[in-house]
Amino acid sequence: MNQPLVDVRDLSREFVVRRRVAGRRRRVRTTVAAVHDLTFQVGAGEMVGYIGPNGAGKSTTIKMLTGILVPTSGHLRVAGLEPSRDRMTLARRIGVVFGQRTTLWWDLPLRDSFELLQRMYRIPDATYRRNLDTFVDLLDLGDQLDTPVRQLSLGQRMRGDITAALLHDPEILYLDEPTIGLDVVSKGRLREFLRTLNRERGTTLLLTTHDLQDIEALCDRVIVIDHGTSVFDGELSALRGRGGSSRTLVVDLVDEAPPIEVPGATHAGSDGPRQWLRFPADVSAAPIVAAVAARYEVADLSIQEPAIEDVIRDLYAR
Amino acid sequence: MAEAVVHAQRYVDIAWLWIRAAWQYPASFVMLAVGNGLINLLDFLGLWIMFSHLDRLGGFALHEVAFLYGASSLGIGVADTLIGSVERIGTYIRTGRLDQMLTKPVPLLVQVCADQFTLRRLGRITQAAVVFAWACTYVDWSPLRVVAAVSMVASGAVVFFGLFVAFSCVQFWTHDASEFANAFTYGGATVAQYPLSIFPREVLVGLTFVIPIAFVNWYPSLFILGREDPYAMPAWFQWSSPLAAAATMLVALSVWRLGVRRYTSTGS
Repeated sequence: MNQPLVDVRDLSREFVVRRRVAGRRRRVRTTVAAVHDLTFQVGAGEMVGYIGPNGAGKSTTIKMLTGILVPTSGHLRVAGLEPSRDRMTLARRIGVVFGQRTTLWWDLPLRDSFELLQRMYRIPDATYRRNLDTFVDLLDLGDQLDTPVRQLSLGQRMRGDITAALLHDPEILYLDEPTIGLDVVSKGRLREFLRTLNRERGTTLLLTTHDLQDIEALCDRVIVIDHGTSVFDGELSALRGRGGSSRTLVVDLVDEAPPIEVPGATHAGSDGPRQWLRFPADVSAAPIVAAVAARYEVADLSIQEPAIEDVIRDLYAR
Repeated sequence: MAEAVVHAQRYVDIAWLWIRAAWQYPASFVMLAVGNGLINLLDFLGLWIMFSHLDRLGGFALHEVAFLYGASSLGIGVADTLIGSVERIGTYIRTGRLDQMLTKPVPLLVQVCADQFTLRRLGRITQAAVVFAWACTYVDWSPLRVVAAVSMVASGAVVFFGLFVAFSCVQFWTHDASEFANAFTYGGATVAQYPLSIFPREVLVGLTFVIPIAFVNWYPSLFILGREDPYAMPAWFQWSSPLAAAATMLVALSVWRLGVRRYTSTGS
């Protein structure tokens, strides 16, 4: 029986919040559920995007998965371990990258931070050298190894942080906003690296992000969390095709015309000879295209997939 | 035991990196160390000036007060150098650094104590050592007194180590309470720089049974200096510093565990 690497069942985490209420002298204690009855499994080798609006419970989940925070109730196992109880044992098997904070020594060359991590994780020399060579090569950090971290660019530092999280061969890598603040080139490079990592080493990736392009580029599977509970868990394509979302047919007519009327699609706007027709995402575009072409003189046609942002906005809005 | 050795090695590894990081700015390092030593020197000069007006303080001559002063300063100096960073728990919580440390396979206390390790406090230790060494030249040494002196300095450091840890843990409950801890650690060290005979008996009782700072220097020094105990406390107290150190450490580690559990169960 193949056990999931991450096994979350009915996981809840409550916080006690003290709040001032007008008319009362003492602050009132209320209990807020940051994560509520959350259930999901991640198998070894998966790349999963974990997304949700601010305050949805993403970091609370990650903190519980890494053992920083004890769950209020529910079942939680990572690599067969109970994170909060076996925190230090688990630490050797996971890698964590917080995009907005570095674990590197600001004033020292990258290499020094890596060497300290080798000792902290007790990585055998051979493994350490092999991993360092691999990552330095893949992430193009060769020239930066002996540069103090404070002189690195944000992109270089992020690559340094990711290397730091991977030196001990973790089975699972948590990435919290790994591409935040990076330019397009750096983002692309980082995504390419993560894909390679997953393909060649089978490292499981759990990625929280606000950058949906990260998800599109990396993740086959998305878990959307809102108000502490999962509102969608499935393939990215399924998320796209989910009810409420629609595709758009952009029609360039030869001449300006009154709004196009064809069965199965609704007119969504005109701009001179260009018109937009909206139709459900789970309906084939072929008959609509055929109907338009039969009745109008068409110069060009294109279909816009639903933007993942819109789909997710729809999900949050529910 | 083998685990403890590994933890100590990790401590040294982390501290070493911080020392090298500090050396990236040698001028600032040297200035801070010298400044630190000077401040403490002024401290002792104050005592000196006091003695130009009186012969004895609480029945103790200058070299005897210097002995007490040196022992207390050495104790807190060593503890502060080794684990002074533990005072910053509140900051670590606020900045999320504690979370990062919790994802590493090294005990949190080791990481916190070694973090931002700095040798700049060596200034204080050097100054304390000089005063202590000078005072030692007046002591009528016997093998037993040497043993007592070594045990005194080691136990003193451990007592302060425990006090630093225990009182810093308050920050797990209220994040910005490092001043509260200072009142007991640095405050205690300042009190212990004087002969406790100048204080009312209640102070001595408090410093014996509540916050065991009297064991840092007062009781063992009475034996080493061959002085009668002005408060006539049990004679075995003069040999109980290691016991007080062990007890302080035990309490401190329990409070630490409670604090970490509180953090991981409340997330704040």
